[in-house]
Amino acid sequence: MTEAASHAIPQPGGHPASLRPASLRPASLGDVAPAATADLPISSVSDWIALLKPRVVMLVVFTGWIGMLLAPGSLHPVLAATAILCITVAAGAAGAINMWYDRDIDLVMRRTRNRPIPAGRIAPGEALGFGVVLAVASVLVMALATNLAAAAALAASIGFYVFIYTMWLKRRTAQNIVIGGAAGAFPPVIGWVAVTGGLDTLPLLLFAIVFFWTPPHFWALSLWAHADYARAGVPMLPVVAGARETRRQIFIYTIVLVAVSLAPWALGLSGPIYGATALALGIGFLACSWRVLRDAQDHTGVSQTNDAPARNAFKFSIAYLIILFAAIAADRVAG
Amino acid sequence: MTPAPEPPATLPPGARDAEAHRRRRGRNIAMLVVLVALSCLFFAITVVKMTKPGIGG
Repeated sequence: MTEAASHAIPQPGGHPASLRPASLRPASLGDVAPAATADLPISSVSDWIALLKPRVVMLVVFTGWIGMLLAPGSLHPVLAATAILCITVAAGAAGAINMWYDRDIDLVMRRTRNRPIPAGRIAPGEALGFGVVLAVASVLVMALATNLAAAAALAASIGFYVFIYTMWLKRRTAQNIVIGGAAGAFPPVIGWVAVTGGLDTLPLLLFAIVFFWTPPHFWALSLWAHADYARAGVPMLPVVAGARETRRQIFIYTIVLVAVSLAPWALGLSGPIYGATALALGIGFLACSWRVLRDAQDHTGVSQTNDAPARNAFKFSIAYLIILFAAIAADRVAG
Repeated sequence: MTPAPEPPATLPPGARDAEAHRRRRGRNIAMLVVLVALSCLFFAITVVKMTKPGIGG
């Protein structure tokens, strides 16, 4: 990133007058219509839940649960439910700390400016305290309910998301999503370790699948949201390298993802249900990525179709991961 | 030129107080639910750990 670009990035905690939260600005006609109470500077329960990024957490919990399901051995249902709860809370806590740190760029981005902190409904310090308490509690309870290795893996995933991705990579490099994607790949490993206390090839392959899934998933989103990222000074790939290069990278990563996704079947760690599903889904994802690559675009790479293929690829990528993990679980249950 | 009319307030002061009260009440109830749920969770974990073979004699 250029020096000029780095200067353009607002620092955490800074709220220039023009970027003041809605609750501190004079009301405008545009603020009134959607919700008459939206500017009330008092948080509701839903604000605290929003701080935990529930939609992101759902996918994390699902992959963590599949990791537990695939692991050899068993865990008492109460302890298994506690482990799932810990993964859920830890993911939410990491999201809350992320929202605390990114409150300045969240305020600039259209997609995130109504989040509780930039909207002024939750004070930054309260959000940080909330996130830290939940993070520490989730790790301690995980250690109590399962084992120290699972608690350590959980702590590592929180630390990776907060320190490596949010604080270090996100504002510095276009590879933020590639390396930072590892944080989202931890849950199946944590689930596995919670049951077995150790690691094996299969959880590492599940880690690799989520790791290589993250870049095409997120870059597809960033193709049509790049203006938001540019305004906030976040060096997402389309902002730094352009849409054309981003489309190329999406296709390359999808090829790698499909190859990695077939590995559990090729290595005999899963059965034909998973193998056939992974192959079919892989062909589908490759077709989506190919359409993204071949999207009608001008000489600068700007889409002439309002990034319709990228939007489709983004939606498909979510279904892809859910069905892929469900298939490997189905294979284990059937086998 | 006459000044532009003031935009309408989002809520009258009384309604704002009522909404603030409603939100605080909701948060308090949520906190109660979380504390009770945590107590139950710790009790359940303790029972399971105590009944595991080789633990607690």
